[in-house]
Amino acid sequence: MIPRKIEDALTLHRRDFLRTAGLLAVSFGGWLEEAEAQTSGPYPDVDFRQLDSWIVIHADNTATFSVGKTDPGQGTGTAFRQLMSDELDIAFEKTTCIMGSTDITVDQVGSGGSTALERDAWPMRRVAAEARRVLLEMASTKLGVPADQLTVRDAVITVKGDASKRVTYGELIAGKKFNVTLTGNNINAVTGKAKTKLVPELKYTGQSPHRDDIPAKVDGSLKWAVDVRLPGMVHARNVKPPYVGAKLTGIDESTVRNLPGFVKVMNKGNYVAVVCEREEQAVRAARALKTTWEKPATAPFPSSEDLYKYMRAAKPVSAPKPVVAGNPEAAFAGAAKLLEAEYEVPYQGHTAFAGAHAMADPSNGQMTVYSNDMKSYGMRRCVAAFLGMPNDRVRVVYMQGPQGFGRSAAEDAACEAAWIAKELGRPVRMQWMRDEETAWDAKGPAFVVKMRGALDAAGNLSAYDYHARSCDANHLGYNEPDTVLIAQLMGVRRANPATGSSSLPSDMYAIPNRKMSVDVVGLPLLWETPLRTGNLRDPNGLQPTFGTESFIDELAAAAKADPLEFRLKLLRGSTSDDSGFLRARSIACLQAAGAKYGWEQRPSPNRIAKGDILTGRGIAYSFRGMTVAVQIVEVEVNRKTGHVWAKRIVCAHDCGLVVNPQNLRYTVECGTLHGLSRALHEEVQFDTEKVTSKDWFSHPSLRHADVPESVEIVLVNGDPNPNRPDLPPYGAGEATLKPMMAALGNAVFDATGVRIRRVPFRADRVRAALKAAGV
Amino acid sequence: MSKIDLKVNRHPQTVDVEPSTPLLYVLRNDLHLQGPKFGCGMGQCGACTVLINGEAVRSCILPASAARGEITTLEGLAQNGKLHPLQQAWIDEQVPQCGFCQNGQILTAKAMLDKTPNPTDAQIREGMNNTLCRCMSYYRIQTAIKRAAKKMSGGAA
Repeated sequence: MIPRKIEDALTLHRRDFLRTAGLLAVSFGGWLEEAEAQTSGPYPDVDFRQLDSWIVIHADNTATFSVGKTDPGQGTGTAFRQLMSDELDIAFEKTTCIMGSTDITVDQVGSGGSTALERDAWPMRRVAAEARRVLLEMASTKLGVPADQLTVRDAVITVKGDASKRVTYGELIAGKKFNVTLTGNNINAVTGKAKTKLVPELKYTGQSPHRDDIPAKVDGSLKWAVDVRLPGMVHARNVKPPYVGAKLTGIDESTVRNLPGFVKVMNKGNYVAVVCEREEQAVRAARALKTTWEKPATAPFPSSEDLYKYMRAAKPVSAPKPVVAGNPEAAFAGAAKLLEAEYEVPYQGHTAFAGAHAMADPSNGQMTVYSNDMKSYGMRRCVAAFLGMPNDRVRVVYMQGPQGFGRSAAEDAACEAAWIAKELGRPVRMQWMRDEETAWDAKGPAFVVKMRGALDAAGNLSAYDYHARSCDANHLGYNEPDTVLIAQLMGVRRANPATGSSSLPSDMYAIPNRKMSVDVVGLPLLWETPLRTGNLRDPNGLQPTFGTESFIDELAAAAKADPLEFRLKLLRGSTSDDSGFLRARSIACLQAAGAKYGWEQRPSPNRIAKGDILTGRGIAYSFRGMTVAVQIVEVEVNRKTGHVWAKRIVCAHDCGLVVNPQNLRYTVECGTLHGLSRALHEEVQFDTEKVTSKDWFSHPSLRHADVPESVEIVLVNGDPNPNRPDLPPYGAGEATLKPMMAALGNAVFDATGVRIRRVPFRADRVRAALKAAGV
Repeated sequence: MSKIDLKVNRHPQTVDVEPSTPLLYVLRNDLHLQGPKFGCGMGQCGACTVLINGEAVRSCILPASAARGEITTLEGLAQNGKLHPLQQAWIDEQVPQCGFCQNGQILTAKAMLDKTPNPTDAQIREGMNNTLCRCMSYYRIQTAIKRAAKKMSGGAA
């Protein structure tokens, strides 16, 4: 079907929902026009305290769940359906789930932090349980039997002992509203009177139904955010400053005025875009537009080669008080062996697979934005504030897009599209080009991690000093109207930029004397810079872990101890804290990974082989929130070329209750390989004028040839009481990125005897390090 | 603007565009086919892949006027309502995360299997190496290709 009108871009689920929810009471044939009339705004907040906002039961005894989350590809939507089907007592295959569109789903923020199941599935479960309770009450009235004498299975309620007396959910409620008001101060706390089920009562949870979004992704039928087409629409492309920090001094519109399809040059401050009727015309005009810029008096940043030197010398903008346990300095003074090392992690980009994009439609005095941004609700408020429109005149329709792993540039593109659409009064499709996306998207910050450790005479780790410094002085939040790139380029300056942070080490090691400190430095230019930082999958967590888990490995090697045993010993040591729960699960994951791998106890490094290919293994462990991940990597290092191949990877992962084991396995598998990509390849490069990483060669990413021969995922339940009926689910995806850089570096050390303390493990750097060490 | 005749998914089509317009934009914006995606516009990533006479071609760098022969997009891969074995294998192996690259993965694999019906692991790595995925679904993709190859050569999937 060729999409012609607004609602045509939306999914069938959404259409069904609107129709059944009474928002779209029309026959199928005429729905398009009605839909436009019905959805022309305004768009008040969806009332999370109304049960009808969450669940619609249809006449054919199926249900649509409506949740304020987005599923950028980890299958959370399918998991929500499993949990909600269980609570509602309806067959999983009779349900659908619509997500993340601000005018029809409650504001559950969207996605982020791998919290979908850990935090956000709970209100969904409670409202589904409440719907079941209300339906049983209705059946009780209808059948004239007390509710406690009723039983329900697959959305059919029967009288216990007399199955002939029955009524379906659809018969009870279809075409009507629940009109049940829920309680709770906020969405996370929303609840009815019903209790949620315990783990043994869950039927679909723990099964692996296929993800519902995949068929349309492989047959080409899915409408993505990039696919929205509207009548009267135009295409926009940005013109970015050629030098970072430059000031626009002139635009020669005559260079584009006569190009085919030219509509307008948009400009305010240093923000420049070109609008044309057709896409290829906009691409051409943006390239052809002649602009002149004045270079800044001082360089915006050092070159990427000088970055770490700069960071070490820079004055911190933030330096929280160190966390100290025991008496580290005394322990260092009495140490049998002292170790010191510093680790470096570069800026890394989101580099979404397609440039940031959005469609903005200013029809009817409203603003509708079609976007793949994970956080549609924040985007709605951001666009409204940026344009000076009331919130209820703006809606964001969430649609699928290239991977969403944090504060991507999707929200920048949305504000750009919306601003131009408002100025022009026409629907505008904005799309960033590849060079723009790679150079100008928000970056994960660079880190220098300084470690110091003391071993006593018996080889025990007696003291440990961790210092992490990030280059993150102006860390972007999500959907901030005063920090989106267009606002910055227009000259908006927030008085107090949000300073980034660094996580403390994510381990449960019992180290008697510890000092841990973090600080943040900034680049000379804080605004209008492509080296703007924001959350990138496991933000500010995997960089410190490269330092800490590499260093534990260095300590184990210095103690001539097996690195897995060394970690287990540290976990089993007595401590005064009460964190035994996470500790027990850490031990379980390390043991499970070791068993799966067939780990043989020996210290690193391995005996160095004679041929060109050196082999070794490395392990690293960490947790994120309540989720534990252990990765073991087996590498082949080519002595001559420096090429590193992770030949085999084992990942043991414990995220509590598993809702969909197959989905979880694949999310862990892909996250693990994302970690590998960041360990092997990813690094933003720049000179003192601009970011020079602008495509897939200058900011490389993992490729098919890098893929291990075998990736083995072990799902662990290391809970001290693994069958407890209230076992909760924890976050899944991001924890899998954290240990990988260290696991890979530890494996390279094991294979070669050479410790490389800077990621990524690019072949040229590895070759140089091996050569310098005489390997 | 000039008229260009194309044959897409077994149907003749005529479009009126600048001859230099990349085929990708014609497929997406004029013919409303949404399997091929814009990823880089430089032929580096494979998101825009289409088959032309069975060869995997990057439509983002091919002028529409230079597209000669039978063009097949992801939408045209299924025959008579039945998914191609690669598409079925993609579902069976639950390959995609976000799925944005999978058009290029599936069509590149199709062209590869047509030439090399039973590829070795090394041939799969090499044949697919220039088709990128940012969710890192590579291991799943390779598993699905092996499953489809087995099915297409008559073995049990």
